[in-house]
Amino acid sequence: MAVKKFVVGCFDEEGPLFDAVKKVRKSGYKLHDVYTPFPIHGLDQAMGLRDTSIHTAGFLYALFGTTSMLSFMTWVFTVDWPFNVGGKPHFALPAWIPITFEFTVLCSCVGMVITFMYLCQLAPFVKKHHFHLRSTDDLFVMVIECTPKTNESEVSSFLTSIGAKEVNTQMAETGWWLGRYDREQKLFEGQSETVSA
Amino acid sequence: MALLRYESQVRPPLVDNDKNYHQVTEDIVRPIEANPSRLWWVGFLISLGLLGFGVFSIYREVTYGVGQWNLNKTIGWGWDITNFVWWVGIGHAGTLISAILLLFRQGWRTGVNRAAEAMTIFAVMCAGQFPIWHMGRVWMAFFVLPYANTRGPLWVNFNSPLLWDVFAISTYFTVSLLFWYSGLIPDLATVRDRAKLKWRKYMYGLLSFGWTGSTKHWQRHESLSLVLAGMSTPLVLSVHTVVSFDFATSVVPGWHTTIFPPYFVAGAIFSGFAMVQTLLLVSRKVLSLEEYITIEHIEVMNKVIVLTGSIVGVAYLTELFISWYGQNPNEGWAFAQNRLNIFSPYGWAYWLMMGCNVISPQIFWFRKLRRNLVVTFFMSVIVNIGMWFERFVIIVTSIYRDYLPSSWSTYYAPSIWEIGFYMGTFGLFFTCYFLFSKFFPVIAVAEIKHILKRSGENYKKGHANVEKESADHLYHEIHSDHH
Repeated sequence: MAVKKFVVGCFDEEGPLFDAVKKVRKSGYKLHDVYTPFPIHGLDQAMGLRDTSIHTAGFLYALFGTTSMLSFMTWVFTVDWPFNVGGKPHFALPAWIPITFEFTVLCSCVGMVITFMYLCQLAPFVKKHHFHLRSTDDLFVMVIECTPKTNESEVSSFLTSIGAKEVNTQMAETGWWLGRYDREQKLFEGQSETVSA
Repeated sequence: MALLRYESQVRPPLVDNDKNYHQVTEDIVRPIEANPSRLWWVGFLISLGLLGFGVFSIYREVTYGVGQWNLNKTIGWGWDITNFVWWVGIGHAGTLISAILLLFRQGWRTGVNRAAEAMTIFAVMCAGQFPIWHMGRVWMAFFVLPYANTRGPLWVNFNSPLLWDVFAISTYFTVSLLFWYSGLIPDLATVRDRAKLKWRKYMYGLLSFGWTGSTKHWQRHESLSLVLAGMSTPLVLSVHTVVSFDFATSVVPGWHTTIFPPYFVAGAIFSGFAMVQTLLLVSRKVLSLEEYITIEHIEVMNKVIVLTGSIVGVAYLTELFISWYGQNPNEGWAFAQNRLNIFSPYGWAYWLMMGCNVISPQIFWFRKLRRNLVVTFFMSVIVNIGMWFERFVIIVTSIYRDYLPSSWSTYYAPSIWEIGFYMGTFGLFFTCYFLFSKFFPVIAVAEIKHILKRSGENYKKGHANVEKESADHLYHEIHSDHH
């Protein structure tokens, strides 16, 4: 969590983004993120992001679901309370397949959604800085982080030259904080107030 | 990206008229920001009234016992389990649209998936009521869960299809809810960022979990949706399979058949699509979303209806054939006398089912009728009546004449509280749906934007016709794109 300075460029088409991302990376600027109203396939590769491993997590949760349910039912019906159902074997594997399957799916899906929410830091009452309100509507917002070496006006004119329709500079908190969207509250502002008081 | 310039001219556009991203947002979010119409209030209040009737019926049943229903010695399962299977079946179309069609890369699902998934969740909520309240001593409903108790611990019977059902339905509900809500988060963020009113900003800020639209988050979101779809596909098939096991694993003539799982799944999708049609034909009109839920969407769903209806028809005929070919006198009686014989007490129900499910959907072989909204709406209601009678026929005609002819005289008809319970689930379903259509985007906004440049009417005109290009040319195009 830290407050940093960013140069923000807004595009009204997704087409120029690919070229823009390439140019930003080539010219050595620090690309913070691109905010888009819908997923743009291939943009993650263009930005050099690695593939997500969330599906691997899903597989591991599924594995946990299968083994835990199967071993639980085995323990219940062979060790804890062997139960005679019409003379059928205590270890009734075929009859346990539906429950094992359902529990596998349940564990995998619930686990994956929780992992997704954890990784993306999504939860009720979580608030984040939004660089442009229309980035969930029709604007594609490219955000470049200013390092001590960055020349802001150079970045701004660079963004305009690669097709940004609107360019501005913002101070922003990069992490999340607890807050409400109907109030203008920013974590770093609150902190500075406490310090001065 | 170069291939985005090409589009098959065979495919009709999925979004009509001249739209851009902002207009898509405007059109879909408008009903949320506007005051509900008078029609909405009328519908909502009727639904609430039905829900109240249902709550009162349940109050009677809980206070005075299951005897408030007209179940009798041979018909231990009547309207309650019929309605349970019917509602679960309706839910299946939502998962089919959102999961299976996602895996098959069907672009048209984007117009209807959000509403269909909502329908799934509400339908499963309604379905769950029936087995729960049928328990009679409903305060002991938690006994179906395998928890370490002080009675031994005495565990639940993992070998029983009824317990499989507990796991199947609760997993299905949970996974559908997660799938639906994870898809909703970006759209709720769209509503949040447009909101002018304080309470709306607060509510949607809360509901959208702080979504920003970061590329990394979208990447994970896409991966999550794909895997959830991959998991939901076998799940949805398993759910109705397990429901059919409730019957198929018993030794009651008429239930004890191996064809039940595929037959139930096809029937579920059939009835579910009919319910999707009923809801969307009204929603698109009332919320003026005709440009997003186009006549093409309606036609495709009618094709699914005629396909699944015919599969169900084949299953009915196969059942009849096997009951004759198997030469089991009890099974033969169940089919020939209790069902086929139109003069038997429930013969009318069997033939009503045949007429509604097998014969009448065949009109959808004609393109003109598939694209006729009035016919489609009428048929969607007919199919749901037919599918209700299918479950009723399977359940009641198999058990009302059992092995003891002395108990045959009892004719089962529901009591007012059984009917009230069923009406109550309609109230629950439509109350939820009305609230959903008021407070949530009925169409997946982000997903429509995602397909807009490929399938929007105004963009399609600009694309080169892929049919006119040679394979060689396209091959080079792909390779020049990658390097």
